[in-house]
Amino acid sequence: MDLFEYQARDIFEKHGVPVLGGVVATTPEEARAGAEKLGGGTVVVKAQVKTGGRGKAGGVKLAHSPDEAAQKAEEILGMDIKGHTVHRVMVAAGAKIAEEFYFSVLLDRSNRNYLAMCSVEGGVEIEQLAVERPEALAKVAVDPIVGIDEAKAAEIVDAAGFADELKAPVADAILKLWTVFTAEDATLVEVNPLVRTEDGAIIALDGKVTLDENASEVRHPDHEALEDKESTDPLEAKAKANGLNYVKLDGEVGIIGNGAGLVMSTLDVVAYAGEEHGGVKPANFLDIGGGANAQVMANGLDVILHDPQVKSVFVNVFGGITACDEVAKGIVGALEILGDEATKPLVVRLDGNNVALGRQILADAAHPLVTLADTMDGGADTAAAKAAAAA
Amino acid sequence: MSIYLNSDSKIIVQGITGGMGAKHTALMLDSGAQIVGGVNARKAGTTVEHKDHEGNDVTLPVFGTVKEAMAETGANVSVLFVPPAFTKDAAIEAIDADMPLIVVITEGVPVQDTAEVWAYLQGKSTRMIGPNCPGIITPGESLAGITPHTITGKGPIGLVSKSGTLTYQMMYELKDLGFSTAIGIGGDPIVGTTHIDALEAFENDPETKAIVMIGEIGGDAEERAAAYIAEHVTKPVVGYVAGFTAPEGKTMGHAGAIVSGSAGTAQAKKEALEAVGVKVGKTPSETATLMREILQTV
Repeated sequence: MDLFEYQARDIFEKHGVPVLGGVVATTPEEARAGAEKLGGGTVVVKAQVKTGGRGKAGGVKLAHSPDEAAQKAEEILGMDIKGHTVHRVMVAAGAKIAEEFYFSVLLDRSNRNYLAMCSVEGGVEIEQLAVERPEALAKVAVDPIVGIDEAKAAEIVDAAGFADELKAPVADAILKLWTVFTAEDATLVEVNPLVRTEDGAIIALDGKVTLDENASEVRHPDHEALEDKESTDPLEAKAKANGLNYVKLDGEVGIIGNGAGLVMSTLDVVAYAGEEHGGVKPANFLDIGGGANAQVMANGLDVILHDPQVKSVFVNVFGGITACDEVAKGIVGALEILGDEATKPLVVRLDGNNVALGRQILADAAHPLVTLADTMDGGADTAAAKAAAAA
Repeated sequence: MSIYLNSDSKIIVQGITGGMGAKHTALMLDSGAQIVGGVNARKAGTTVEHKDHEGNDVTLPVFGTVKEAMAETGANVSVLFVPPAFTKDAAIEAIDADMPLIVVITEGVPVQDTAEVWAYLQGKSTRMIGPNCPGIITPGESLAGITPHTITGKGPIGLVSKSGTLTYQMMYELKDLGFSTAIGIGGDPIVGTTHIDALEAFENDPETKAIVMIGEIGGDAEERAAAYIAEHVTKPVVGYVAGFTAPEGKTMGHAGAIVSGSAGTAQAKKEALEAVGVKVGKTPSETATLMREILQTV
């Protein structure tokens, strides 16, 4: 889960990372109150969106009074930045910046450890710096058991080439950012820029934090409050409430399957089939998971049939742990509950565990909306054709 | 022959008394695998009752520690069905006991826990498969995990995949030919055994004539595997990559299956594999067809 800047700021503050005051606001009035709370002087009003380039898009503005902060917030709220609507701004205290640096620590999948990156040239696009002047970006591997201790922090600031008088305070900030990384189970903690102010303080001015959702589930119940419920698609929210793994996409063929890999593959196969049928596309990713029972199947169908964009549904299940008769019962049960509300054709392909029983249940039910398919490719083709016919 | 697992493998189950552990202990026994006991510190000294693949009663001892289980049974494989909050400690216990192979089925393990386990087993004798994986099956010989043993039997194909159900689908598509070993390495950002490890083992396994490699979006494991194949693999490899239609920034079920920026796309992985001469199927069925064609030539 990616956090907003204001959430990252709050988490930094909680773990002792030096930050400036910041207040989140969803209305111009709240922005005015926030600016007053910060002392009534110059503030920066920053759009809170989970994408880069907001400065260039006009999403970051200086305000010299609480009234002006309200006015700037009014301009920024509701703005569209790369497809992200701005629902909130952060009113942040101003700082007199002398120098800008960069620091991040992240999960390094390739090397199966962590990587710290640091540069005395912050504030810029770090990907660009890494390509154009790789020597200016220090990369230091971090052992997951040892972590960033004082020696490692010293190694990082040395490698980045900080001036001697800055080494101790920057290393101290890095140690605190490492605490954020481990205490919150992050996969990324990035500060860009990390600044030295004119009065000599080291401050994390803008932060990006990605949290590991597995860890949030296991040991951080407080992370649930950080979820961006407003921007979550209502169908995704409904699916999540039912414990389903669902991602809404832009298409006409609803997809239900078991296992992430098979569902991804099903999306692809449906997209290829759609090329032959008026360009219809998969409408979603929905993994009912291993060992799904009839109720889970019914919950899944319920979500998909309520997607107004969906014209047909392809259920593609390979029963490993999941029993095909349970899946079939779920389909029949869901169609009974939905009654007249169910109007979209369903193409069902079942194979594996208890497949004969599963097919028999569907054949016996003989629901007019349900078509059985023998293969994954055949089912995808039929579902795409039905979606195209209904579109 | 096979890789990592054969009919001599003696398997214990960490978490044998839990719901998942009990269910899959029964299924593994049904496959004919030698399950010799389990571990649960709170139920040490008790036993669990199951049936073997011929329907005979089997009484399995539950031990307090992995070390004790190994000493008493000679186990050389441990399968972990331990809840995610306790997986790290269970894995470290098995590593400390010098268990040769641990197969971590558990889904939802915090990635920092896996990173620590991986760092911990450096220089130790343990191989880890997973976490968040279906495990490993050597058809007709043994099963350490949750792959259905009824799909297909022994044969010349080695299979390595991030995904469980795609493994099953591919085994089903090629069920008339059979498999030497099929290994699901798991879909998490950090896993103990990679595509490259499995490719190396299959290359060295005389029974494996050709290899199917199944990948999916996220990370660069497939690209690295492609580079490895170019240098080290002489057996024919057929590839498949899932997730061409996955949008950027959306996690597709597996914690590791996310396209970030230009990295991790299915197209990039397909191109990397094709560049080293691996034939890549557009769909599972086309991948199976490519494998059939290749097997006729070896």
